[in-house]
Amino acid sequence: MTRDASTETELLSGAQMVIKALVEQGVEVVFGYPGGAVLPIYDALFQQNSIRHILVRHEQAAVHAAEGYARSTGKVGVVLVTSGPGATNAVTGLTDALMDSIPVVCLTGQVPTHLIGNDAFQEADTTGITRPCTKHNYLVKSADDLSRIIHEAFYVAQAGRPGPVVVDLPKDTVQNKGHYTPKEAIRHRSYRPRREPEAAGVQEAMALLRGAKRPVFYSGGGVINAGPRASAALRELVRTTGAPITSTLMGLGAYPASDPQFLGMLGMHGTYEANLAMYECDVMLCIGARFDDRVTGRLDQFSPNSKKVHVDIDPSSINKNVLVDVPVVGDCGVVLEAMLAEWKAQKARIDQKALKAWWERIEGWRGRDCLAFRQEGAVIKPQHAIKRLYELTRERDVYITTEVGQHQMWAAQYLKFEEPNRWMTSGGLGTMGYGLPAALGVQIAHPDALVIDVAGEASILMNIQEMSTLAQYGLPVKIFIVNNQWMGMVRQWQELLHGGRYSESYSASLPDFVKLADAFGAVGIVCDKPAELDDKIREMIDTPRPVIFDCRVAQEENCFPMIPSGAAHYEMLLGPDDKAAKPISEEGMVLV
Amino acid sequence: MANNHKNDAIERRTIAVLVDNEPGVLARVIGLFSGRGYNIESLTVTEVDPAAHLSRITVVTSGTPQVLEQIKAQLDRLVPVHRVSDLTLQGPHVPRELALVKVAGSGEKRVEALRIADIFRARAVDSSHEHFTFEIAGDSGKLNAFVELMRPLGLVDVSRTGVVAIARGSKGL
Repeated sequence: MTRDASTETELLSGAQMVIKALVEQGVEVVFGYPGGAVLPIYDALFQQNSIRHILVRHEQAAVHAAEGYARSTGKVGVVLVTSGPGATNAVTGLTDALMDSIPVVCLTGQVPTHLIGNDAFQEADTTGITRPCTKHNYLVKSADDLSRIIHEAFYVAQAGRPGPVVVDLPKDTVQNKGHYTPKEAIRHRSYRPRREPEAAGVQEAMALLRGAKRPVFYSGGGVINAGPRASAALRELVRTTGAPITSTLMGLGAYPASDPQFLGMLGMHGTYEANLAMYECDVMLCIGARFDDRVTGRLDQFSPNSKKVHVDIDPSSINKNVLVDVPVVGDCGVVLEAMLAEWKAQKARIDQKALKAWWERIEGWRGRDCLAFRQEGAVIKPQHAIKRLYELTRERDVYITTEVGQHQMWAAQYLKFEEPNRWMTSGGLGTMGYGLPAALGVQIAHPDALVIDVAGEASILMNIQEMSTLAQYGLPVKIFIVNNQWMGMVRQWQELLHGGRYSESYSASLPDFVKLADAFGAVGIVCDKPAELDDKIREMIDTPRPVIFDCRVAQEENCFPMIPSGAAHYEMLLGPDDKAAKPISEEGMVLV
Repeated sequence: MANNHKNDAIERRTIAVLVDNEPGVLARVIGLFSGRGYNIESLTVTEVDPAAHLSRITVVTSGTPQVLEQIKAQLDRLVPVHRVSDLTLQGPHVPRELALVKVAGSGEKRVEALRIADIFRARAVDSSHEHFTFEIAGDSGKLNAFVELMRPLGLVDVSRTGVVAIARGSKGL
């Protein structure tokens, strides 16, 4: 493959142009799975050394791996799959990336253009199927359009609110020859999202904050997506103003969890102090979060007495769920820096007496110690397992992914993130089976880091085939299964909302995870005694190979605090004794 | 505070959307409306600038002010969308719809149909001894009235374009 400028007009095959465009985009890794329609691209991959291809075992995993790669590096994750089932298998991953705003470019094979619409072998209407689950998609009908479209796809995936973009490549367009269009030549005709905020919005927001008596920052995944500059600006602004800050599940790590101004995560399983601060505040600054139903609880009781500022790069997020007083459209990093400059220029200060009184109330709520639990007896409490995992790994270069369910919420509660891009979890879509492939992608990007997938015994089985990928590439991912032999969150809801009728939520016929690890060439560790937990976690950390850690925990532990469906922030259940006093409404039961 | 002052009154809006004329763009717009549960009362589309490959979609929709703002923001973030313009909100605009109305009959009813068509400035574009096909343009209310008057006179078939609209005054979209 030539990369000489003088050969720009030379005809290349579509497959060669795919590689050339990816190289020009700085792509180092592609996660994929071959098949008939993409054979020419795999042939071109074979004949080059610039791009590394990671062979996953299922196309869904390819997308999650690309998401893990993207979220831990800030780069675009790249996926290559074949037509038909290759593309349809990728749909869950694409939807996940859309919900969590993760930049992914997914190249899908397609039957040759003359067969499209003929129900050809392994044909699917990929652009039709993926239209609602991508930010944008393309069907490339001519080799001459191919490189331009790939460059556009990378632009669209990253610009504004990031998301997944599918480029569907009929086999003839990758086999035919065409002209290559370099990256620089691309300027998008219509899509140019606004990054710079209007000055008036920034001024109004800072004026509100200046007059606040009970302010709170509420930050989300948008800050992580805006890059390290945004996290740095957030930290400085929060510290300069002295206001408390809480974070969504997606935003953990943007502000250091160990900082005293950090109230922990908010929302359905957030902390008592975070949720009450949201309820009682008089000025709320929402930075790169989207007032998700898991965050707001009952909408008509959501922070009823506050003035709200909402910073978001996506204008459609503003006033979607909650009407706000000061909308600021722009990139979180740019906006936060502008806010900081404005705050300093005004020499602004929040009323210190009021702020002190506000912090005293917050400390009162914090004093409830809502995440407290008692580890006693012969059974490991799941919270204890995750807390020990944190304490024994905190000094290391650690990246965490999760599956979905109780273990995910415990991980969010007990693992403390000091830096952004260290926490990869399926927030919006809630995809069981996300954590292992995501961890795979993270480990590819950070070969020397300690990458842990905090898992449940049910979720892990949804993409367990990726153990084989770990083995092939020698990826020492640690899978820490919080094994309570139940689909724990389903069981918890059945206990609290459905009269303890545990319909189909028991994890029957579980595999022997130690033997399973062995079968995949990994190391299996089982632990069911509190006294052995620390040593076995250390053994896991010290094993330079993939590990499945089967941590047998208390079976019927529930995840608290909890705001039940349809309840308001102040109606939190703090523990098992709380629930009798606060029955869940009929209205709440119909919500998810 | 803010979230307690929701205005839940349903309003109707006519929205013009300038888009790239590329495959799938209409499906994107329609999919947005169905996927998010928005109403479409009418939707028209055709290319308006072949050299620039631009099409104009006119969509009439209804919802609460909050939903209508969402509709516009969601349309605007579609990648091939160039402009979204709320013609209803922006001021006076001219809405027009065209209908072809086929009426079959004889005798006095036939004469009456022709007479009413004349009043409405509808034009016969096809006729035989058994029928007329009228072409009529105007706002949707006028077309509704015309169709209702034709119904007892032997109305056989109606085909309507849906609303197209343009802002009054000298400025473009």
